[in-house]
Amino acid sequence: MRAFRQLVLLTLCFAAAPTIPTFAGESAPEVRIGSKQFTESVILGEIVARTVTHAGGRGEHRRELGGTRVLWDALVRGEIDIYPEYTGTLREEIFARRGIRDEAALRRALAGYGVSATQSLGFNNNYALGMKRELCDQLSIHTISDLRGHPDLSFGFSNEFMDRADGWRGLRNRYGLPQRNVFGIHHDLAYRAVAGGQIAVTDLYTTDAEIGYYGLCTLADDLHYFPDYSAIVLYRHDLESRAPQIAVALKQLAGRIDTSEMVRMNRLVKIGKVPESKVAADFLADLHGQGSGIRVESSTEQVYQRTREHLFLVTLSLGAAILVGVPLGIISAKRPVLGQLVLGVTGVIQTIPSLALLVFMIPLLGIGGPPVIVALVLYSLLPIVRNTYAGLNHIPPESRESAEALGLPPGARLRLIELPLASRDILSGIKTSAVINVGSSQKTENKAR
Amino acid sequence: MIEFVHVSKTYASVEALHSVDLRVPAGMTTVLIGPSGCGKSSLLRLTIGLIHPSSGHVFFQGNEVVSTTILALRRKMGYVIQEGGLFPHLTARANVALMANYLKWDELEVNRRLQELAELCRLPLAGLDRYPGQLSGGERQRVSLMRALMLDPDVLLFDEPLGALDPMIRADLQTDLKRIFQSLRKTVVLVTHDMGEAVFFGDQIVLLHDGRVVQAGLPDELFQSPAEPFVTAFINAQRPPWTTSHGG
Repeated sequence: MRAFRQLVLLTLCFAAAPTIPTFAGESAPEVRIGSKQFTESVILGEIVARTVTHAGGRGEHRRELGGTRVLWDALVRGEIDIYPEYTGTLREEIFARRGIRDEAALRRALAGYGVSATQSLGFNNNYALGMKRELCDQLSIHTISDLRGHPDLSFGFSNEFMDRADGWRGLRNRYGLPQRNVFGIHHDLAYRAVAGGQIAVTDLYTTDAEIGYYGLCTLADDLHYFPDYSAIVLYRHDLESRAPQIAVALKQLAGRIDTSEMVRMNRLVKIGKVPESKVAADFLADLHGQGSGIRVESSTEQVYQRTREHLFLVTLSLGAAILVGVPLGIISAKRPVLGQLVLGVTGVIQTIPSLALLVFMIPLLGIGGPPVIVALVLYSLLPIVRNTYAGLNHIPPESRESAEALGLPPGARLRLIELPLASRDILSGIKTSAVINVGSSQKTENKAR
Repeated sequence: MIEFVHVSKTYASVEALHSVDLRVPAGMTTVLIGPSGCGKSSLLRLTIGLIHPSSGHVFFQGNEVVSTTILALRRKMGYVIQEGGLFPHLTARANVALMANYLKWDELEVNRRLQELAELCRLPLAGLDRYPGQLSGGERQRVSLMRALMLDPDVLLFDEPLGALDPMIRADLQTDLKRIFQSLRKTVVLVTHDMGEAVFFGDQIVLLHDGRVVQAGLPDELFQSPAEPFVTAFINAQRPPWTTSHGG
């Protein structure tokens, strides 16, 4: 009986849980910002989110949502409102087949999807060639063309850059570079090799944090060989009407972040281990003048926030799984034919990889919380259904018949006799589910982003 | 009180009862006896509606026992099975009071009735707060009897209530049961396979064999004028060896 009370209490706790988290500020427009899975995008996402909040909106930053395709699709579908992007990426990946040549054509193509872009934020994240600063000064090499006079320099390029037609081969042809000592090297090792003098030149991105850290200089692309990867912010057209002040604030970010500023911020996060939110807040504080009231989320707050989100997901999904699973288990035990079907289906769900399940659900439920919760509910279902079913079937026949012979109606038999007798099994099913749930929630949550 | 009219019961393809006609008169003890598988337990289970006849009708106090009437009729019957069938998650007290509490009896009334029954069934009061697993076999049967008596039913149905007990406790309980039957003057139907027990309790004895009633009557009638050779054979098979050595 004690076990049964626990069960009832547990179920009630879970049923009440969804009402616990409350969000303040109902009138402020809610704006969702996405970012890609690398440092620079997350920093820009934070800057945009804080700009939105500063402009009177409720900016919600969904960090590291995925790659270019995921973010673009999410933006077009309206699951996010804003995300930072690069012009080159749009041309080469999203509109690869359109052969877009200039900015006007790019803006027309974006408008076709109901998307607007700000002007360049002020920096490019281009491919570039880099050398140790002392070597540049010593040989007075400042542009790629200058390399022509030094045929004995050794080049070490990332494998991707070596292989691509628009990488090393194209570069060599455009500039007529004579170097013979050229080989592939892992990108992470390339910086150290340059710094250590093993190679003279490598490929890099113009905003890489390591440029400052290793004291490198980047060579100007004087023949404009590399495509332009200007950083911009994409936002949905409807933002202009829904929250015009936010659209204005976004446009004002244009030209505010130059390359050295971006390198500095990347370096603070990647090498200095400063949280992105702090870097973004400091940047905006500088931009708007001191004391602009922008709140900095400390790492303790972040841990607290994530823990709360995690607990919320687990509580909600486990609660829902109990509310769905126990009745399904009861039906399975009472109607054997239907029961086989229910157990079969829940068993099959358990075997679907979480990523596949999310892929199925994202078109139906979008991204973020709902598909994760549904996926977690589905994963938590089987142990609860199966144990409820088994628990009810293991009740000794004499107990079951005695309850019947006393004249208790079916509902009262279930409540007073059968569920309490099965509660040990049901609770152990819930425990198993909770373990699965806690384990997979982090995994599933990450995949959904 | 209870009436079986042309009742047959088939399990899968095996016929457990063949067109049984039987009347259980009110206010006396009827014992159903016969070898294993003769259908005696099935008659009890039909009465309380745990199973339903394949053909024929069962009546209780003039009402047919069917699924629509069964809940109300069951509350006028007390049912005790071999191992007691107590709910292991409830104390003896909660087992006995389960139905009364469900029917929202007044708490004082429930306690008064519990006291009365514990006295009648000679259950030590301390036993009331134990769980079935903490009680002896004999005590469990006393609690089971209390539970059957709680709502003061019109009929008591016993399915081999003493079958699992050792002989000393069994004799003790037999005496108590008989005393209770006599003091309450209730209609009792008791299933057993023990002829001695049948004679000890029975005002009427019904001998069953292969799903048929072989003979129904006073104990003496079965001894004096057996309806078939099977009656004599069954009685002789049950006679203890020390009496056969003297008989002849």
